[in-house]
Amino acid sequence: MTDEIRKIIEEHGRLQGDVSALAPDADLYQAGLSSHASVNVMLALEDHFDIEFPDRMLTPSVFESIASIEAAVSELRSDAVPS
Amino acid sequence: MSVSVAKELDRDQALLEAVRRIADEVAAPNADDVDRQARFPVETIDALREERALSAYLPVQLGGGGVSFEAIAGSCYELGRRCGSSAMVFAMHQIQAITIARHLDGSPWYREYLERLASEQRLIASVTSEVGTGGDMGRSIAAVVPAEDGSGSCTFEKQAPTVSYGNHADDLFVTLRRGPEAEQSDQVVALVHADQTKLEQTGTWDPLGMRGTCSPGFVVKAMFGPDQVLAAPFGKVMAESMVPVTHILWSQLWLGIATDAFDRARAFVRAAAKRTPGETPPTALRLSHLMSELSLLRAEVGSALAEFVEASEEPGRERLSTMSSALRFNNLKIAASEQAPRVCQGALGVCGIVGFKNDTPFSVGRHLRDTMSACLMIANERIHQTNASLLLIAKDV
Repeated sequence: MTDEIRKIIEEHGRLQGDVSALAPDADLYQAGLSSHASVNVMLALEDHFDIEFPDRMLTPSVFESIASIEAAVSELRSDAVPS
Repeated sequence: MSVSVAKELDRDQALLEAVRRIADEVAAPNADDVDRQARFPVETIDALREERALSAYLPVQLGGGGVSFEAIAGSCYELGRRCGSSAMVFAMHQIQAITIARHLDGSPWYREYLERLASEQRLIASVTSEVGTGGDMGRSIAAVVPAEDGSGSCTFEKQAPTVSYGNHADDLFVTLRRGPEAEQSDQVVALVHADQTKLEQTGTWDPLGMRGTCSPGFVVKAMFGPDQVLAAPFGKVMAESMVPVTHILWSQLWLGIATDAFDRARAFVRAAAKRTPGETPPTALRLSHLMSELSLLRAEVGSALAEFVEASEEPGRERLSTMSSALRFNNLKIAASEQAPRVCQGALGVCGIVGFKNDTPFSVGRHLRDTMSACLMIANERIHQTNASLLLIAKDV
């Protein structure tokens, strides 16, 4: 999943540097993720993983790193799996 | 009611009484002169200093007044009813003071600074907008740069298209890029003292309204210590405090200006009614229409204040960082900045030529001009762009 997230950030995050070189816990905002670009990243994540981020998750802290995005996506996908 | 809540209520009431008195006795008689000369409302700000109103929100332990956020909002409204420029200066100072107080995070430098603010009643101006960012507060060009002398100090040079009361402030609260290599969106805020700063004015100041705020452009240069950079994350500071507090306090003072315009229109209608006893003057009908416009504004401003206070009291204040919260306070700004001049124009319609003249008890020209600045201060179209983008993803709005 990390690679998929990385690819989405690469396509939609409009970062200046090399996304593949980013550590999972690197701060994406410090890496140049603007609030406008972050919306596009969120949309692409929703589309790709077929999820919807609820409003409580639409905060900067959820999207601050690849690791935090992965945690959020995993949480939503585990919810979606029927028990 | 607990003892601490009762004490806070007493302090709130004392502040509001003092501010009301200053508004009536100092701001009101000087408002026309401040407007005509486009000069800083020095009498009002001095009177507020004497009442220790510049530190009213700060905790009592730091020498502040320990009043509630609602009392500060009420003070902006009261000042707005008498002099829009005085209210704007007071509001902008409070935005910075409140933001620092909410994000102290144990910083000894900032704690000491707030104690100084309280004891010296220092006035803070903000340097947020920047030439070249197109009005986008989420980007900075000027950066915190290590001083070349190797002293460990920092410097910056920022081209600011406007700095309200820049020539009258004791301190400047400045948004900057974190460092010379940082991305434009990687921002920090720093507080620098006037004696650490060099201001070169880049233009004149002869605007349509809010003339007493004295907000020409400046090139701002400073040399300062690294601990003067606020440690709290910029995004958090903006979302939890600076943005909502700005929109709420501005809206409160715009409501104050609009309320005074309405009061003048009402006084005009009453005077007409007294001349024709037994008949309702035709202008009374227009006044009724105007009242419903004013009540819309009041409802929006009041509910936003209540929501902010409620969300601020929740542990972690996380609700303020959500997109729906950003949309909420952006909408307050757009709605209030459009509705306030609409009310003032309606008051002009009621008063007619005596409202249009600048020297009658029913003059509302200054009110109209002052509130026309509202949609430009952080341009509404820029906010709509942000909202448009947030709406693509936010669900519960």
